[in-house]
Amino acid sequence: MANGKCAVIGDRDSVLLFKAVGIEVYDVTDGEQANRTLHRLARTGYAVVYVTETYYPACDETIREFQGEPYPAIIPIPDASGTQGIGMRAIRENVEKAVGLDILSNS
Amino acid sequence: MALQYKPTRMELSNLKKRRTVAIRGHKMMKDKRDELVRRFIGLARKNKALRLEMEKKLGEAMQGFVLARAMMSGTEIEEALMYPARAISVDMRKQNILSIPVPKLTLDTQDGFVYPYGFATTGADLDGAVQALAEILPLMLELAEVEKATSRLADEIEKTRRRVNALEYVMIPQFDAAIHDIQMKLEENERGNTSRLMKTKEMLAKEA
Repeated sequence: MANGKCAVIGDRDSVLLFKAVGIEVYDVTDGEQANRTLHRLARTGYAVVYVTETYYPACDETIREFQGEPYPAIIPIPDASGTQGIGMRAIRENVEKAVGLDILSNS
Repeated sequence: MALQYKPTRMELSNLKKRRTVAIRGHKMMKDKRDELVRRFIGLARKNKALRLEMEKKLGEAMQGFVLARAMMSGTEIEEALMYPARAISVDMRKQNILSIPVPKLTLDTQDGFVYPYGFATTGADLDGAVQALAEILPLMLELAEVEKATSRLADEIEKTRRRVNALEYVMIPQFDAAIHDIQMKLEENERGNTSRLMKTKEMLAKEA
């Protein structure tokens, strides 16, 4: 089917590297800007948008707007300062929503 | 909201039909929910494993990049990376999990990986970091696919569970109560009728 593009949103230091492998890079400096960028990308048919964990919470509005659509997949990734566990928390929330309790935590 | 109904035979048979439909729907919804949960658990486990792996490897690549930045001047790094590499393209498809569309992503494989910069001004650390990142790209795509599928399934399970509960604890009991009520009223009418007939018969017998 259609050919999609990938993008990364995050602070300059963390995402510059992605440019070298051919992923589009959008460097932002605050959450508001990240949210706007994400919204613009999501509407223009990107397949995957990776957002660094620092800005992931700020993009909540857009993430929820596109949750019901198969595309784009908005995925949190750790930034240069390492992971803050936001991605893992998202998984845990999903499991709790679906099953009622977290069954993966100690497996 | 309670059901509105008139105590008639017509209404009774309609309600009975709706009740049968509701019960069948409830059974199907329940089956759907069970199957969704079964698939979801598999996906969620995979999601967790993939995320752990991705976070570890991406962390390593970024660490390498930090080292590379330290070895080279800022402008050199910018110069090496600002030139856009051949953009990767991803094949976007949809696959269905129990008629829920979820993404299916495949990286369009290109012939080998090429560094988008010359080697003259860059250090080996940068090469290493870029190489490491290129290697985890397929992993990141798979994670994106699985993570999106997991979150969509979680939503769908929640919706289905609400429907199951609404049918089981609201709709079906309401139908049961209404049917019972109508039957009672009809029987009462029947008894009223019988006693009226008996009374009339008595009066007629007295007259004759």
